[in-house]
Amino acid sequence: MPRENWFLVIIILCLALLPMSESRFYIFLGTDILIMGLFAVSLNLLLGYTGLVSFGQAAYFGIGAYTCALLMKKASVAFPIAFAAAAVFGAVAALIIGFFCIRLTKIYFAMLTLAFSQIVWAIVFKWNSLTGGDNGLIGIPFPQHLDSPTRFYYFTLFVVVLSLFLLRKLVNSPLGRMLTTIRENPERTEFIGINVKKFQLIAFMISGFFSAIPGALFGIFNHSIFPDLLFWSHSAEVLIMTILGGMYSFFGPMVGAAVILYLRMLVTSYTQYWPLIMGTILTLLLFFFPGGILGFLRSQLTFLKRNR
Amino acid sequence: MLAVEKVKKSFDGFVAVNGVSFSIKRGEICAIIGPNGAGKTTLFNLITGHLPVDEGKLFFKGMDITHMPPHRICRLGMGRSFQRTNIFPRLTVFQNIQAAVLVHRGKSLNFLKPVESFFREETQAILKRVGLKDYGETVSGSLSYGFQKQLELGIALASEPELLLLDEPTAGMSAQETHQTIELIGRITKEKGLTLLFTEHDMEVVFSIAERIMVLHQGRLIAEDTPEEVRKNSEVQKIYLGEGR
Repeated sequence: MPRENWFLVIIILCLALLPMSESRFYIFLGTDILIMGLFAVSLNLLLGYTGLVSFGQAAYFGIGAYTCALLMKKASVAFPIAFAAAAVFGAVAALIIGFFCIRLTKIYFAMLTLAFSQIVWAIVFKWNSLTGGDNGLIGIPFPQHLDSPTRFYYFTLFVVVLSLFLLRKLVNSPLGRMLTTIRENPERTEFIGINVKKFQLIAFMISGFFSAIPGALFGIFNHSIFPDLLFWSHSAEVLIMTILGGMYSFFGPMVGAAVILYLRMLVTSYTQYWPLIMGTILTLLLFFFPGGILGFLRSQLTFLKRNR
Repeated sequence: MLAVEKVKKSFDGFVAVNGVSFSIKRGEICAIIGPNGAGKTTLFNLITGHLPVDEGKLFFKGMDITHMPPHRICRLGMGRSFQRTNIFPRLTVFQNIQAAVLVHRGKSLNFLKPVESFFREETQAILKRVGLKDYGETVSGSLSYGFQKQLELGIALASEPELLLLDEPTAGMSAQETHQTIELIGRITKEKGLTLLFTEHDMEVVFSIAERIMVLHQGRLIAEDTPEEVRKNSEVQKIYLGEGR
């Protein structure tokens, strides 16, 4: 364990030194990866740890983005309050939607999360007077003191590292272990005395909370937000990142986000066939590396150790 | 300890359990036997709340548990093992048992401390009791079938139940494993003063440890007596023991 922690410290230091490159390109890419990485890790609390396939996680990301942006733009609320409110709104929305979703299991659960996220999308899309509808919400003010890409990058890094620290603490706690037992065998978990539905709802809420945080960051980062953020394809994208990186490793989804965003940046500068390449990667992945990138690396590592 | 009153359950018109009544006193060791499809597992699922009853009532320690969810019935002090082995396959043996200890000791909602630090000794003690002390770090899904059954027993014991329900504890075991498992169950039941209700297909096992036997046939209880009397019962011989021999 301590070795893993040292490794993390080195990675955080490297990320902290990234702005030294003075490349706007890398600072933007870095911010994007941190934001989407946190989103993917939040989703993975449900997917990898609790065994719940949420196909509508973009709803909470979008709710976070719109809550923070609307409060700042339309009600001139100070950024820290708007930011905190976004996370709370994400959790409350997840509580309400999750209350219905956990009543179903497996594919029906996934479909219901999808249905609810499309409802939220439709509301945002149609409520012109509040959200600007299809035109989106443009000109979200930059918070004070965060008005340069570098400063915003550091703020994002701080928020993401703090969130990941808390989430990691959670999955390694007794509560996290209970979520894992639910993933492994809900029937048995029920009969060691756990109210499985209640714990699933708790996981859903926590995931909603931590999905709304990157949403809020995303809105500020881009100065503008559009209903697309809540569309189901955005939920699918983060699901792909999670599976690509490895849903049975805590940092897997983060790696998946980094790989997809970097590759997309690279590929779209050469060709417009990014979806084709993404589809190919996904197909190869599912056949040859079902454990994702980190799952694959870990199995190689144990293999090497054993043969030493 | 446990009272089952005129319990009835049907699936799409098929009556699986048809007005079964019996009761078990504290400290008793009872077996339910009956041919395949007699309704033994359904009856277990009704008692533990995994299936809702259509009619009838269930009482545990004097409390009405008829419409209680499984997790609450478990917390009242009922433990169970399942016919198809039911463990947490990707967790280690230690983690399997520890999870049940965590819930029993009310720490399941703690989200601040690393889970490794909790109840190490308590968990080790249970591992030792069910004969898995050397396998703590093994991934439980890779254990042999007999060991998985032992682990399941360990998970049930970790909740320190007063009444233990075992559904076919030796199903699929070799003769030697069966012998060991029965010895283990007998010893633990005595040590902990447990009340035990089990189903079993192996007649030798049933007659060796049960104090009272209930015979289920086509969803009805057709006999309830001591092993000797059940052995003599002509109806039982005809419909059940006859088939087995």
